[in-house]
Amino acid sequence: MSFSSLLLQQTINGLSLGAMYALLALGFTLIYGILELINFSHFNVFMVGSFIAMWTLQSFGLSGQSIILTGLPLVGVLLAAFAVTMLASGTLGVVIERVSLRPLRGITGPAAMITTIGVSYILFNIILVTVGADAKNFPNPLPPMRWHVDGAVLELREVLIWVVSLVLMAGLWLFVQKSRLGKAMRATAQDPEAARMMGVDVDRVIMTAFFLGSALAGAGGLIFGLYYNFTSFIIGFTAGLRAFTAAVLGGIGNVPGAMVGGILIGLIEAYGGQFIATEWADVIIFSILVLVLVFRPAGLFGRLAPSKS
Amino acid sequence: MLLEFNDIDTYYGDLHVLKKVNYSIEAGEIVSLLGGNACGKSTTMKTIMGVVRPARGTVIFDGQPIEKLPTSERVKRGIAPVLEARRLFPRMTVFENLEMGAYLRKRGAEFDQDLDRVYSLFPRVKERRNQVAGTLSGGEQQMVAMGRALMARPRLLCMDEPSMGLSPIFVDQVFDIIQQINKQGTTIFMVEQNANMALSIAHRAYVLQTGQVVLSGSAAELRRNPMIREAYLGEMQVPAA
Repeated sequence: MSFSSLLLQQTINGLSLGAMYALLALGFTLIYGILELINFSHFNVFMVGSFIAMWTLQSFGLSGQSIILTGLPLVGVLLAAFAVTMLASGTLGVVIERVSLRPLRGITGPAAMITTIGVSYILFNIILVTVGADAKNFPNPLPPMRWHVDGAVLELREVLIWVVSLVLMAGLWLFVQKSRLGKAMRATAQDPEAARMMGVDVDRVIMTAFFLGSALAGAGGLIFGLYYNFTSFIIGFTAGLRAFTAAVLGGIGNVPGAMVGGILIGLIEAYGGQFIATEWADVIIFSILVLVLVFRPAGLFGRLAPSKS
Repeated sequence: MLLEFNDIDTYYGDLHVLKKVNYSIEAGEIVSLLGGNACGKSTTMKTIMGVVRPARGTVIFDGQPIEKLPTSERVKRGIAPVLEARRLFPRMTVFENLEMGAYLRKRGAEFDQDLDRVYSLFPRVKERRNQVAGTLSGGEQQMVAMGRALMARPRLLCMDEPSMGLSPIFVDQVFDIIQQINKQGTTIFMVEQNANMALSIAHRAYVLQTGQVVLSGSAAELRRNPMIREAYLGEMQVPAA
């Protein structure tokens, strides 16, 4: 393969990984923007989401990569799988907030953050104990369509990942910019007390942020399964940490920043794996994070938060 | 009475901020609350809006106790704040800020009417409607803050330091507009450090010192009161010869 086709191939791979990281990063950024809370349970909401996706696809009679669907049945199954996974993951996020975080509202210090680590471990161990430690074969009904472009290979699953991610991110963007609740979310992120005095129900805004962030993480979990053809109880940690890095890189709290940050991390991982060595991917990713933060502490698109009065 | 405080005690932790405070404000009045720093003026505003809950006492709005109601319910009943230090949503546009003021109301003819009213009171706000609020000058931000509160179509407007940080010309303009808004039927309760300006437009005033009402009366009476003249109007007391 020539250098240019290698580069193109890794760009294709990187964009797919990056789309998944971006979906996950949005959850970190939405919740941080409103609560200034790093939500570590998000790692494993993503992992649980990929299991929900696996069970949903299995409930349609799919298993492994042997059953291929095309046309309307394929579209129908995928739409249903995304809908069920996102609804269930979103609900999981809402329950986590309601049960473990709302009682801590207004308490300063690390209590809420530590709680999210605890919840993350609970989810991790529930899946480990009930499902087992071995990796599960993830049903993939996509036909093995591929196109050759300039020496690189573009697969149908990658196109699907791009389309789904674009639609979800555009939908989130429109929601945050245009809807009444989306505007209340932005107002709450900028000045929670003032938003409350306009009549905004801040609890409802927080619940919405958890629902949306967790639903996107669920979609990310489904994409993970379709991309790698497996899922396991351990997938939350690496993907979650990279997505969190993406959110910080883009400027945590900033929605477009999380999208761009996710894509960048995906590309860095793909190029680094190709041109340096796969095992060095995390070293490269986190070195770039450290460098960016040294020179731009608020991230690429972030602004340093003014202290809230 | 539109608004009454009956023996209100408010605490921040162990700090006793408001001590058995009583106010009563009639519909149609401009009432000013005077006092130095940390005397409990801002806490009064937060107690009205429900951001701070009193430990004892009742707050009556339009005949109903409201001290246990959530903030959103108070906004719905017709209380709107003009916040101190012009706390707009800095990264939202001027128009979006105005929309947030009408958050609990339906879009439609009434919303459009109120928007027209705000734009005619503050032509500058109309010019800037698509600009991000954080980029406005202090005076423009104050106008947006007042416009945002009016978008709630309030019966009672609670203003926290409307003159703070404004140039004298802007202060005159802002106080003119406060009087206009009042003449159009909105009752105004105004916390203000600038006693001179406040007493020039208010009907009545309360003076708050370390959490207690030490003086109250009509604006004209208070302007003649020697203590007020010395402490708030910047006049030295001339000892009798």
